[in-house]
Amino acid sequence: MDKWKDNKAWFLVLPVFIIVAFSAVIPLMTVVNYSIQDIFGPGQRVFVGTEWFKEVLSDGRLHEALWRQLIFSGLVLLIEIPLGVFIALLMPKKGWGASISLVVIALPLLIPWNVIGTIWIIFTRPDIGLFGAAINGMGIVFDHTASSLDAWITLILMEVWHWTPLVALLAYAGLRAIPEAYFQAAKIDGASTWATFWYIQLPKMRGVLTIALLLRFMDSFLIYAEPFVLTGGGPGNSTTFLSIYLVKVAVGQFDLGPAAAFSLIYFLIILLFSWLFYQVLQNVGKGETS
Amino acid sequence: MAEITLDNIAHCYLTTPKKESDYALRLIDNIWEDGGAYALLGPSGCGKTTLLNIISGLLTPSKGRVLFDGKDVTALPPEKRNIAQVFQFPVLYDTMTVFNNLAFPLKNRGFNKEDINKRVLDVAEILDLTDCLNKKAAGLSADAKQKISLGRGLVRKDVAAILFDEPLTVIDPQLKWQLRGKLKEVHEQLKLTFIYVTHDQMEALTFADKVIVMYEGAIVQIGTPQELFENPSHKFVGYFIGSPGMNFLPCTLNGNKAMINNIGIELDDRTAALGEKSTGTLELGIRPLYLEVHPEEVENSFPTQVKSIEDLGSYKIITADLSGNTLRAILPEGKDIFSENAWLRFPKSWIRLFANDRLLTHQG
Repeated sequence: MDKWKDNKAWFLVLPVFIIVAFSAVIPLMTVVNYSIQDIFGPGQRVFVGTEWFKEVLSDGRLHEALWRQLIFSGLVLLIEIPLGVFIALLMPKKGWGASISLVVIALPLLIPWNVIGTIWIIFTRPDIGLFGAAINGMGIVFDHTASSLDAWITLILMEVWHWTPLVALLAYAGLRAIPEAYFQAAKIDGASTWATFWYIQLPKMRGVLTIALLLRFMDSFLIYAEPFVLTGGGPGNSTTFLSIYLVKVAVGQFDLGPAAAFSLIYFLIILLFSWLFYQVLQNVGKGETS
Repeated sequence: MAEITLDNIAHCYLTTPKKESDYALRLIDNIWEDGGAYALLGPSGCGKTTLLNIISGLLTPSKGRVLFDGKDVTALPPEKRNIAQVFQFPVLYDTMTVFNNLAFPLKNRGFNKEDINKRVLDVAEILDLTDCLNKKAAGLSADAKQKISLGRGLVRKDVAAILFDEPLTVIDPQLKWQLRGKLKEVHEQLKLTFIYVTHDQMEALTFADKVIVMYEGAIVQIGTPQELFENPSHKFVGYFIGSPGMNFLPCTLNGNKAMINNIGIELDDRTAALGEKSTGTLELGIRPLYLEVHPEEVENSFPTQVKSIEDLGSYKIITADLSGNTLRAILPEGKDIFSENAWLRFPKSWIRLFANDRLLTHQG
């Protein structure tokens, strides 16, 4: 074929290849390498095949962490996506109000993740925290260092506060991209506010909401810094999510082999869920023929 | 179905208009007959879409009233006015089938299932959409989508008027003809009031019984395509309608002759009398179609320099110079000009006189 005759152009792609190799491919291959060997020290290694995978897959604490993680991500998505869309619908469409609300909404996104944990530690402290003291002042005992439920509530509140703005911004962008004629037509057709939302705004937001859902799923499934700072995985193991457990195995116990196998499984789970969400969202509402 | 009265309408998008030019619509006072096919024609920014939105109720005019069959609807929102609108880009409910798209306005108004079924099937029949009723609206071609937009208006029996805002913009050229024909057919069949906004004179002239030409926020002429062509009431209409536009030559009167520099073009008595009575800058106007070009001298003709000839297949457009003025003439098929020297003849019956940009007529 003619187009393969002159291959000089491939040199132009070389920098990208090198960067991707060092940033993604080589580290990933190292993990694969670790996951099938037992490493005692530099140069001392034994091939163990799938042993680490078997060990990790039968680890009861990992199962618990996985369930915790799924429930956490599920709750976070169930709250953040509808709430973000709702906020976007309420935001002003133009004028100074729009600029101000955009900036205010985006503020939580600008704060470093570990700082967020610290903010919420102080915010929910029963003695001096605005939230914690207020709740306890009303006679409700609330302490995330002592109660698993309180720890979960705090974590979810924090996550929702931190990341709903992203969903709201994406949804807002999606809403602004709908041509005015759609709303005029809906008015003329006598559509209710609900029908306008359901038949125009929501379908037109399909693209941005798919992105929002994927980003929020992946990020919440990988959450580390915030619970690490806020609860350290406790009380007990009640907020030990997958990444926290992974770090305990890899750094705390220095079990590199199982940790590598764990990482690969973790990666595959995220890939699988993301693919499922993507497929479902691409096809939702397209098959009906009623 | 309704007669639409525009009672001294003016509109300004600013809240505090300071001068005349702040108004998108200057002053419009008209009655549009029930069942008519009207086209609003004008260049971009002339206020035609503003006027359409005032009729549909998407805009409330700064001044004046809108009446449907004598009933004041100025303050009513679009859904209460019983109008339908087809937009420039097809507006569809993507997730619904064609059937549900057509049924949507009826469902919102609480019609029962049987009535909806019947109306939707009837309208689908008229628009040739029966075959795709169960398909998703999103996958159809642009012209089918525009038909669905139109159909959403037609399903409502009580619809007062259907408004079109440049509905053929996104349609392929060969399908434009078809869809325009379909629109005309639907109009004849249902006798609804159609108001059609466009900047394309071809579309306006072929679609409408009455064309409303707009210019800088005002209506300059309302007439049949023939009236607009033969007696443009304003220089703008002369330029805008017809391709190429009307020729205009500054002139003075000398008895029965219009003098263009030292050339005297003979006028008929009526036209000359109108010119006598008028004040202001006089101009002579003639359509390129009626300006005759001859290869040799004929009676009452004037020598001219031919600058260019464009061959458009069935006719040629001649650009010629007459004592410093550029003129265009249409040369019918079969005739030809062989050299730079030709002779122009101005047939008396097609000469129009304009004073201060306005046509001189007997009525006014």
